[in-house]
Amino acid sequence: MRKDKLKIANKSYSSRLIVGTGKYRNFEECAKAIKISGAEIVTVAVRRVNITDNTKPLLMDYVDPKKITYLPNTAGCFTSSEALRTLRLAREIGGWKLVKLEVLGDKKNLFPNMMETIKSTEILAKEGFKVMVYCSDDPLMAKRLENIGAAAIMPLASPIGSGLGILNKINIKILRKQTKVPLIIDAGIGDAVDATEAMQLGCDGVLVNTAIAKAKKPLMMAEAIKLAVISGRKSYLSGRINKIFYGKASSPKTGII
Amino acid sequence: MKNKNKIKIKANGKKITIKSNCSLKELLIQLKIPTKMVAIELNRKIINKSKLDKIALKENDNLEIVHFIGGG
Repeated sequence: MRKDKLKIANKSYSSRLIVGTGKYRNFEECAKAIKISGAEIVTVAVRRVNITDNTKPLLMDYVDPKKITYLPNTAGCFTSSEALRTLRLAREIGGWKLVKLEVLGDKKNLFPNMMETIKSTEILAKEGFKVMVYCSDDPLMAKRLENIGAAAIMPLASPIGSGLGILNKINIKILRKQTKVPLIIDAGIGDAVDATEAMQLGCDGVLVNTAIAKAKKPLMMAEAIKLAVISGRKSYLSGRINKIFYGKASSPKTGII
Repeated sequence: MKNKNKIKIKANGKKITIKSNCSLKELLIQLKIPTKMVAIELNRKIINKSKLDKIALKENDNLEIVHFIGGG
């Protein structure tokens, strides 16, 4: 049997879980959680170097970019020009072409600004970036992104960091049917159950940050979500039974004493 | 009084005074910033890191030096 791998922009990954590197108590905990989660891709942010104090620890000292794929993200960008500036800088840091685009539209619920997102995706794809795009779960918007060259469609399950899980399963199912590039749930996962559900719906992967980093026991949650993703994937591939609205005995009726 | 041998620039939002004719490479060495895992933008233009020694900083230049940190 061929190994079931996640393929993004012509590169294969064994793990279908992508984790964020924000919100951890410290870098040690972050590095341990990544290791336990089995993730091969981690999201990172682009920010100013502290020019007055260079004694502070760096993410790279704990998470080796040669071993783990860094996925630069435009978190915190509210316009296309800010996002483009951020990703062009990210590419300059170390030749990164695989990036995550996130253009937010609303400070309160952090929903994506799809107009700016589409505009940015088009420009980035033309510049040779492989763009994994955080987007709304609107099938029309997602199709548009795919048509203009997105490397992955990453709809939110619910608002970033909310832990509300998958609010619109029907839309995710529609997205599954129409999407040819990897479909990865990007935001709103709250626990292992949510991660399994995303995979059971047929998503190719999930991206989790807060649910792990802010759990009471982040390392245990990292393992739980790792197993949840594997479990959901296998369950999806196995083909679940149809739902029926009456009981159907599991034991044969013949030979009853 | 203006010191002819010094210029003021902005680096990562902070005003700093450096010697005039200071190259970008010299400044990064002075700030102890390894260039390997950073990206540099001078007056909103990305700088090719192989040309750092060829770029002389001027009064009121606006410099941004960024790297990767933890994020979602």
